Amino acid sequence: MSKDIQIHKGSNLNLDGEANKILVDLPAPKTFALNPDDFFNLTPKLVVKEGESVKKGAPLFFSKENPRIIFSSPVAGEVTSIVRGAKRKILQVLITLNESNEVVSHEVSNFESLDSDAVKEILLKSGSWPFIKQRPYNTIAQPEDSPKSIFISTYATAPLDVDYDFLLKNNKDDFQRGIQVLKKLTTGDVNLSIDSSFKGFFEKIEDVNLIGVSGAHPAGNVGVQIHKTDPINYGERVWVVNPEDVVNIGILFSKGEFSAQRTLAVVGSSVGKPQYYKATIGACLKPYLEASNLDDKEEFRVINGDVLGGSKTSADGYAGFYNNLISVIPEGNHYRMFGWLPFVDNHVPSISKTSLSWLFGSKKSTVTTNLNGEERALVVTGEMEKVFPMDIFPMQLIKACLVEDIERMEALGIYEVVPEDFGLIDYASTSKIEAQDIIKKGIELMIKEVG
Amino acid sequence: MSFLRKKIDQIKRPFAKGEKWEKFAPAVNAFDTFLFVPNHTTHKGAHVRDAVDLKRTMVTVILALVPALIYGIYNTGYQYFIQTGEAFTFIDAFIHGAWKIVPMIIVSYAVGLTIEFIFAIYRGHEVNEGYLVTGLLIPMIMPVDIPLWMVGISTAFAVLIAKEAFGGTGMNILNPALTARAFAFFAYPTYMSGNKVWVSEASNVDAISGETILGSLAAGSDVSYSMLEMFQGSIPGSIAETSALWIGVGALILILTGVGSWRIIIGGVLGASIMGFLFNLWGANALMSFNWMNHLVVGGFAFGIVFMATDPVSAAQTNKGKWIYGVLVGIFCILIRVFNPAYPEGVMLAILLMNVFAPTIDHYVVEANISKRKKRWANAQLKTA
Repeated sequence: MSKDIQIHKGSNLNLDGEANKILVDLPAPKTFALNPDDFFNLTPKLVVKEGESVKKGAPLFFSKENPRIIFSSPVAGEVTSIVRGAKRKILQVLITLNESNEVVSHEVSNFESLDSDAVKEILLKSGSWPFIKQRPYNTIAQPEDSPKSIFISTYATAPLDVDYDFLLKNNKDDFQRGIQVLKKLTTGDVNLSIDSSFKGFFEKIEDVNLIGVSGAHPAGNVGVQIHKTDPINYGERVWVVNPEDVVNIGILFSKGEFSAQRTLAVVGSSVGKPQYYKATIGACLKPYLEASNLDDKEEFRVINGDVLGGSKTSADGYAGFYNNLISVIPEGNHYRMFGWLPFVDNHVPSISKTSLSWLFGSKKSTVTTNLNGEERALVVTGEMEKVFPMDIFPMQLIKACLVEDIERMEALGIYEVVPEDFGLIDYASTSKIEAQDIIKKGIELMIKEVG
Repeated sequence: MSFLRKKIDQIKRPFAKGEKWEKFAPAVNAFDTFLFVPNHTTHKGAHVRDAVDLKRTMVTVILALVPALIYGIYNTGYQYFIQTGEAFTFIDAFIHGAWKIVPMIIVSYAVGLTIEFIFAIYRGHEVNEGYLVTGLLIPMIMPVDIPLWMVGISTAFAVLIAKEAFGGTGMNILNPALTARAFAFFAYPTYMSGNKVWVSEASNVDAISGETILGSLAAGSDVSYSMLEMFQGSIPGSIAETSALWIGVGALILILTGVGSWRIIIGGVLGASIMGFLFNLWGANALMSFNWMNHLVVGGFAFGIVFMATDPVSAAQTNKGKWIYGVLVGIFCILIRVFNPAYPEGVMLAILLMNVFAPTIDHYVVEANISKRKKRWANAQLKTA
């Protein structure tokens, strides 16, 4: 094992509704959807029309910038509708399951002897390429690049995040095979970060550079781990794969078909029975939410991902492409009388000492989506640095993004960050600024101007 | 509670979007949000937010100011009664002080908040809470007998020129409260220095007079107060600056809640101690040989470093910068006290000066980070080339 990383800044939100370690297998839902907005900065070009039947693994759309990157149907079925928004932007491709069970298959026998290009070709053709994302920018990796290393983080620190050791316990061989495939894509290391205090099966995975990580959120963010081990310089590319997508890649190279396995954990304080489900990418969330006994006495919000960086969906929504977490928390659309007084309303969690909530450190708290205040001018300084473990000045970078000063953004380290690294800054901000949104816009500008 | 809520919603109706009084919504919202934390939910970014907001932060600063303010009010009466020789109780002294000081607070809030509300409506943003602190600070650093109209004009000058001209809350370069004092200091010097302004009624009653300790030192006269008196603050001076004890309590509140920067406060105390100690060794005049520990408790130093220098907007913003800024405020404070007897109160000028230089300090701290990154890039290119 190479040297461990210890993160000293940051904060773990101790929220109510963590998933119990129970894996439930429900009958597959009838409808599935792929949402192009799950892929940052993607312009999709459709291949299918409404009413068309598709096999599992058949292309639905591809990337306009790089037509080699295709996005496949996670199930065999019929394209029932293509939902469009303003300017005919594609919002959703809906597929209804049929009984055909037809699958597109690929020739993958003895993949050990394949070279990097052949492996890429199979990943691209099968629609598995979008599992690989790149840093900087967090877009889908460009198959033409050769990354300096590949990072997989199994140390999950986001609020209520999943336990990958439990989640992938039935996929140990596929995970190892996935690693072997990824190994062919880089001349550098395949880095696997693990919880340095807990030794699960990941420790026995071969052909990887194990990195033990400890510390509070955002220590589990891949960006933070890359920054601490081998920070990204101008022009460099590092690829990032989620643990379950390593498994999906492993399955592709054993069975020869696109695998869209996605174990979902339904968590949060509005969930009566938080637990794990065997599911598929793009699955309709309704049956899983119903099986989790949602508390519908008050309004709730369903989030694809964690409460800091996820995207809002609804109870009839669909699972995202990348996230294992489905967080459900109560909406906070109510007033709190005199709630702004210091040391009042200590049940609202706070990492600021102007609340006494730190006295109840071990108690799990319930959060709502209330903003707990209103947006204000940036006044307080130093609070961002407390929850941002990188050697970067977060406030100065945010300001550079706001004024769209590309050179300064570059100098201050825009290549090393992605919006999720600013999740806690959003959370902790006294002025309620939208740091993730500002960084996202900054990155979009960088892609447009620098590429 | 729901009755009150309904009433407020009813009152706010004509101020809603698209309605007749829409423009004045910030003014109504400012009052509403003091009763209720609004029902706004998150729309983008993180779905959950911390309980802290600017109101909570600013009210914490006010809480920290209260001990010094209460002592200041009492001390105003105390200084008056010991000079007149009347028998008095704590309550008598407090009422005498409150009679003088409460009107100053009212004037400062009325003038400042009026300007803030007008600018909020004009600019179409919500009223920022920063003035709640500034409005209390301004009377606390004035001599007790300054006429109310001077408080009003100083306040208007500070809010308009030091703050709104630069874009409002969060954009100002100078600390607004100190700017108000500096304005009064240079515009009405006879009301801001000498031995007839620091004790209540001194300008009206001949028998009463009192110079600040720094003032007497600068004039070369002896100091008749003990270290304990200086520390607890039963000495003449600006209203709330005298008691290092109660300012210390405020500092503790600021540091424990994380609202005030401990780096600036400790840096400032360090800077002033070192400078004072060096001058002690030199000891060429009364101010130089004035014990360095006493330097920390007399004059406005304690109040300035705790409540003025820590203003996050006008101070340095990086953690390293805060250390440098704090130490320099301390050094310059003692330097100005000792070398410029015309302005025995060095801390006001020291902080204003460092306010101006804070962005420069930050610039070099940030540049260090940038050049470190550029060096790393260059090394990486060397490796691959």
